[in-house]
Amino acid sequence: MRGAKSAKWVAIAAVVALGATACGGGGDSKGDSKAAVDPNGIFSVESGEPQNPLQPANTMESYGSLVVKSLFSQLVSYDSAGKIVMVNAQSVDSKDNKTFTVKLKAGWKFHDGTPVTATSYVKAWNWAANPANKQTNSFWFSDIQGYDQVAPAKGKPKATEMSGLKVVDDNTFTITLSKPMPYFVYKLGYEVFSPLPESFYKDPKAAGEKPIGNGPYKFVSWQHKKQIQVAKYADYKGPDAAKNGGVIFKNYASPETAYEDLKSGNVDVLTQIAPKDLPVYKQDLGSRAIDQSFSAIQTIAVAYYTKQWKNIDPKVIQGLSMAIDRNTITKTVLNNTREPATGWVAKGVLGYKPNVAGDVTTYNPTKAKQLIKEGGGVPGNKISIQFNADGGHKDWVDAVCNSITNATGVKCVGDSKADFQADLNARDAHQVKSLYRSGWVLDYPFIANFIRDLYGTKSDGNQGGFSNKKIDDEIAAADSAGTLEESEQKYQEIEAQLKDSMPSIPLWYYKVNAGYSEKVSGVKFNQAGDPILESVQVTKK
Amino acid sequence: MGRYVARRLLQMIPVFLGTTLLIFLMVYALPGDPVRGLFGDKGGSPQVIAQLRHQYGLDQPIWMQYWHYMKNMILHADFGTQIASGRPVTDVLGDAFPVTLRLAALAFIIEMVFGIALGIVAGLRAGRLTDNAILLFTLLLISVPVFVLGYILKVIFAFDLNWLPPNVNDSTNVNELLMPAIVLATASLAYVTRLTRTSIAENLRADYIRTAIAKGLPRRRVVGVHLMRNSLIPVVTYLGTDIGALMGGAVVTEGLFNIQGIGGTIAQSIVRREGTTLVGLVTILVLVYLLANLLVDLLYAVLDPRIRYA
Repeated sequence: MRGAKSAKWVAIAAVVALGATACGGGGDSKGDSKAAVDPNGIFSVESGEPQNPLQPANTMESYGSLVVKSLFSQLVSYDSAGKIVMVNAQSVDSKDNKTFTVKLKAGWKFHDGTPVTATSYVKAWNWAANPANKQTNSFWFSDIQGYDQVAPAKGKPKATEMSGLKVVDDNTFTITLSKPMPYFVYKLGYEVFSPLPESFYKDPKAAGEKPIGNGPYKFVSWQHKKQIQVAKYADYKGPDAAKNGGVIFKNYASPETAYEDLKSGNVDVLTQIAPKDLPVYKQDLGSRAIDQSFSAIQTIAVAYYTKQWKNIDPKVIQGLSMAIDRNTITKTVLNNTREPATGWVAKGVLGYKPNVAGDVTTYNPTKAKQLIKEGGGVPGNKISIQFNADGGHKDWVDAVCNSITNATGVKCVGDSKADFQADLNARDAHQVKSLYRSGWVLDYPFIANFIRDLYGTKSDGNQGGFSNKKIDDEIAAADSAGTLEESEQKYQEIEAQLKDSMPSIPLWYYKVNAGYSEKVSGVKFNQAGDPILESVQVTKK
Repeated sequence: MGRYVARRLLQMIPVFLGTTLLIFLMVYALPGDPVRGLFGDKGGSPQVIAQLRHQYGLDQPIWMQYWHYMKNMILHADFGTQIASGRPVTDVLGDAFPVTLRLAALAFIIEMVFGIALGIVAGLRAGRLTDNAILLFTLLLISVPVFVLGYILKVIFAFDLNWLPPNVNDSTNVNELLMPAIVLATASLAYVTRLTRTSIAENLRADYIRTAIAKGLPRRRVVGVHLMRNSLIPVVTYLGTDIGALMGGAVVTEGLFNIQGIGGTIAQSIVRREGTTLVGLVTILVLVYLLANLLVDLLYAVLDPRIRYA
């Protein structure tokens, strides 16, 4: 007992001594080692428990979709510049942008050995579009002809198959849309448009637990709340075959713990760095730290249904935008994890152009004051910005508010909702009092995703009630353009006009702040901010 | 004794119904909808949302939901289905419970062994240096927040000394669970020590101790049997209720050490408005509390011969 006690005293002394000089730790980092690569090496990725079963059309959050993306390949994919790359498709052709003919590469097989045919695609899409199967991403099929018969807004479904999908032969099928869309091919790169093997339909629920796909990896095991393991699929025929032996998706409760595990060698790739570690991670990891932008944007959207903004002169909102000192806020409050936005479309998206908003996104207090005055002032001379308290937004909302008040004298407060659910609830119910935070991560890297899906009067992403006849018309015109290039150009013209109507105030683009261990190399991230797993190389031990 | 136990078990029924109803109503009162929450910023197809709401009975009035839930739970031991994953809540519980049980058991042992031992030492030397030192030590443990303590331990034992892994990757590995268990046990350990110390110091002056010493019993027997048995009643009461707290209240510790247990699952269910998962988890915790309390009350009779249950 005496011995144990004195040991305890030693421990206390140590605690006190070290507590004073805590945060002394820090790893010694070396650059990418040039050691030999083990093509069968397995590495681990920081992840979390997928919210949904692993069905391709049922995963919306990032943990699940990272796994699904490794297990399923789609017809096409895109590169870092936003250009289309054929994967399972040999070609996707269209003469009128309405009917697309898809030719598959021959010889592809699912992980259970059954062939991937045109039917694998058509049947899977019809299944996912059917509301009875309750797939969260089913509305993605709404562009296809016959979707409104399968999933009518009201009343009973009149069909179980979309009339726009037709199998021609084993390796060919056609997709007919309800109206032309030059950039539809871009949508085909999303996981929702994956094929499914016959075995899926016997028991979709079990298939969600043990998915069988056609992707570069095959499923091995899922230990709930612990980890998911996938292994390289040796017979994979696509261009993105795995350069490693497999991946373990490890469940982490918080990014802080994952970072500690990275430093102690228990996990290889991190997809995010906790705010606490942001100031030190570049020193800790050296060249193994990742800091790149991805296609997501943070905006302050205007609740146009409120009395305050209903008949507002856009000049007032331009003024508010110019009162925000984006450069300083991203550098200080946000620790360089964001990049000031200069338009409404994020980087890495086809059609992105810098400085579209002109001086509207440049900090200029005098002009801000003047514009607000010209526009008749902010009704009530007071604004609030709604945000969810569980998303780490409070700091920058306060900073933005201070910036606006200091520059223009308009009173500004943060309107905190307890969590994201409560925040969404208020947005859906049109109960936002003034302004609200609104983020958007790309679904497909084409400019339409950031314009049409956010600012069209009837778009799902338009929750602020913004409606502008002219913009709606021009969106329709851009959608019916003859070629992809023409459509891109028309959308760019629309974006250039957005500053005259100010549907939202662009703030900044997101960046991926991540890192990896000494065991791996070649870690890259795509536009969606997810790691590209196939290209990771594991060093031989 | 048998009748007493039966009566206590029967009393659990209204308590059980009351707590589940309260939790059910509280979850219902929160703003936000679990089905809508699945779709995030992007909104979803109204048809699918309607279908999902119907499947989980969210389109029914609250009392109907409660009635169905209780009926399934009591008749079929069916705790409902998690909305996002579509997995039965019993499966989710099955994943999280063993982890939490292991952690709580380890913490409980640490807290009991060290807490009582320190308390006895302090109590027997009440007022002297050892007592004061232990007093200071326990005060320190109570006043340092859990996450600070956890972080300090991590820095020392995981990063600087490399003795223990910083986080839990495999919850069956006692080595990995040791640090979180110590952190979880500390606050309670301090309380156990203080309770034991007071009780021992007080009973040292009791008549029956003087009698025992006068009888010429060896000191070991006086302290080990006569003194301790009588002094442990408040400690056992505290330990009993603490079992529940260790299991349900470990949210911070679990997050700190990456343990996928009950605490984290409860926090997540609240965020996602997963009413069924939440009620299922809390129901189990309520049962644990009730049973632990019953055990404590029964232990009284064992410890103190003056207490009898008719």
